[in-house]
Parts: sequence; C-alpha cells; structure tokens
Amino acid sequence: MSTNDDHHLDANAAGGALREIFSVDVTAAGTSCATCAHSFTFAEALLHAWAPGLVGRCPACGEVVFRLVRAPGRAWLDLRGTTCLDIRMPEGR
Amino acid sequence: MAGLVSRGFSGRRRTGDVKLPPGQYLTEDFPVLSSGPTPQVRTERWEFTITTETGAEHHWDWAALRALPAERFTTDLHCVTKWSKLGTTWEGVSLDTLFAGVETTAGYALAHSYGGYTTNLPLEDLLGGKAWIAFGYGGKDLAAEHGGPARLLVPHLYLWKSAKWVRGIRLMNADTPGFWEGVGYHNYGDPWREQRYWSD
Repeated sequence: MSTNDDHHLDANAAGGALREIFSVDVTAAGTSCATCAHSFTFAEALLHAWAPGLVGRCPACGEVVFRLVRAPGRAWLDLRGTTCLDIRMPEGR
Repeated sequence: MAGLVSRGFSGRRRTGDVKLPPGQYLTEDFPVLSSGPTPQVRTERWEFTITTETGAEHHWDWAALRALPAERFTTDLHCVTKWSKLGTTWEGVSLDTLFAGVETTAGYALAHSYGGYTTNLPLEDLLGGKAWIAFGYGGKDLAAEHGGPARLLVPHLYLWKSAKWVRGIRLMNADTPGFWEGVGYHNYGDPWREQRYWSD
C-alpha cells in the first residue's frame, strides 16, 4: 500500500489551538515519537487539519503523535503517540 | 457479476423545503476530510476481514466482494463538521450479506482501515439494511480521496463512522473507542440528536 500525502501542513499551524491550552509555546518543544523514537521539534510534525480535529503525525514514520479536538468551551488533547515533550520554560520571574 | 438491486434509502425525505439535522448546513460539493495521507490501495491487493469475538476470521478479496449481490441506493450524508450533502448515490454490498455466514453474539464492532483509522459502533447499527461496503459513488468507482476502493457507509450516523479505506471489522463483547471517539467525539454519533462530542 502506498499513500498520497498532499494535504498536510506543518504543526506550526496548530500553534494557535495549542496556545489556548498551554502557557508556553509547545510548537518549539522537542518531541519523541512513541512508535519509532524519532526526535523532532513539535512544529515539524505533519499536520492534517482538514479533519474533525487536528492530527499530527511523526515526520519519520507517519504515525499519529497528537490529536486535538476543540468544541465550544472544551478541548481534548491525545498525546499517546508522544513519549516526551522537551519544553523550554521561562525563568527568572 | 452478481445481481444488482436498487433501493431507495433515505432517512427523512424532503419535499420542497430541506430537512436537515440540527446544526447542519447544506453543501452541494463533497468535502474531503482525512486524518492522514490517502492510502492508495490496489484492488488486486485489497482484502476485507470480519473477525469475531472468538477469533474466527472471514475473508473476502476484491473478486469475492464484487461477486456478492450489490445494491444501488440513495442516501444523505451528515458530517460532524456541520456540512450535509443530500441525495448521494452509491453502490455497495450490504453488511447483512457479509454477515450472513458469521456466527457471533458480540454487541460491538470496531471498523479498521488501511492507514490505521478506526471507529466503533454497535453491531446492530451495521445490520438491518443500515450499512454497506461501498465501492461506487455517483455511478463511478469510488475515488481514493473518498475512501476507495471501498469504504464503510453507515449514513444514519455522522460520517466519521463511515470508515474510508475499510480493511476489516472486529467484533467485540466490550465497546472500544475508535480514532475520534477516544478524543472527544461522541461514542454513537446520531446527527438527528446532535451527538457530536462526549458532552452531548
């Protein structure tokens, strides 16, 4: 089976939705894929946005690393495809 | 080629003014939504499997599927992203036909697809003339972007339940959330009751 992937963005396009949830810029976080252990910057994930939610896929193996669904007054974020996020935190306040 | 029967299938027929489920708007085109790359599945490699709760497997290849009695039917589509498309014409094999030789007491089904997508629904929603393995749309072969060569079609539920590129159905005694049901979308997804999210 081959695939035809001409509909993805990079996960920077998920930045606005993620900023509604997190106080830091998650798109800059180091990300580890739970399927293939590939490490990449979150923004490098392949984003499929023409779907009932946002789906991010590993740029190496194509497996799902995050799913984000936004409803009025509520959001769901599934990160089971990600083993770790390496997040730079603001200090010195 | 097996016999072809036509069936006029529609939830609530419209006569003049359009009746849509709550919160939906009408569209004339056919939007393409997908949670990943479009699998390019060649029919010579296509297979479909029903796996029962005891592990018994029932397989069909493309020739076996197309040898079964097919139906042409017209139905309305309702996507959870709020568009509805009315009067779409399809060709496919009823799940009643595929399940005719399947022994099961399971209450739940998990459809799974080429590309990894899954969606869950009660087995009874696949039976009784309510669901098909569809391979034709608008008088033509079903395009890959719409789930071809074959997709599940369960039009009385929101369209995310109609798994594109369907590869099989696993029967289970316990319900298991699928790709979207596990991350906020309603477990059942009845558009007429506007069951979009967990909280609906």
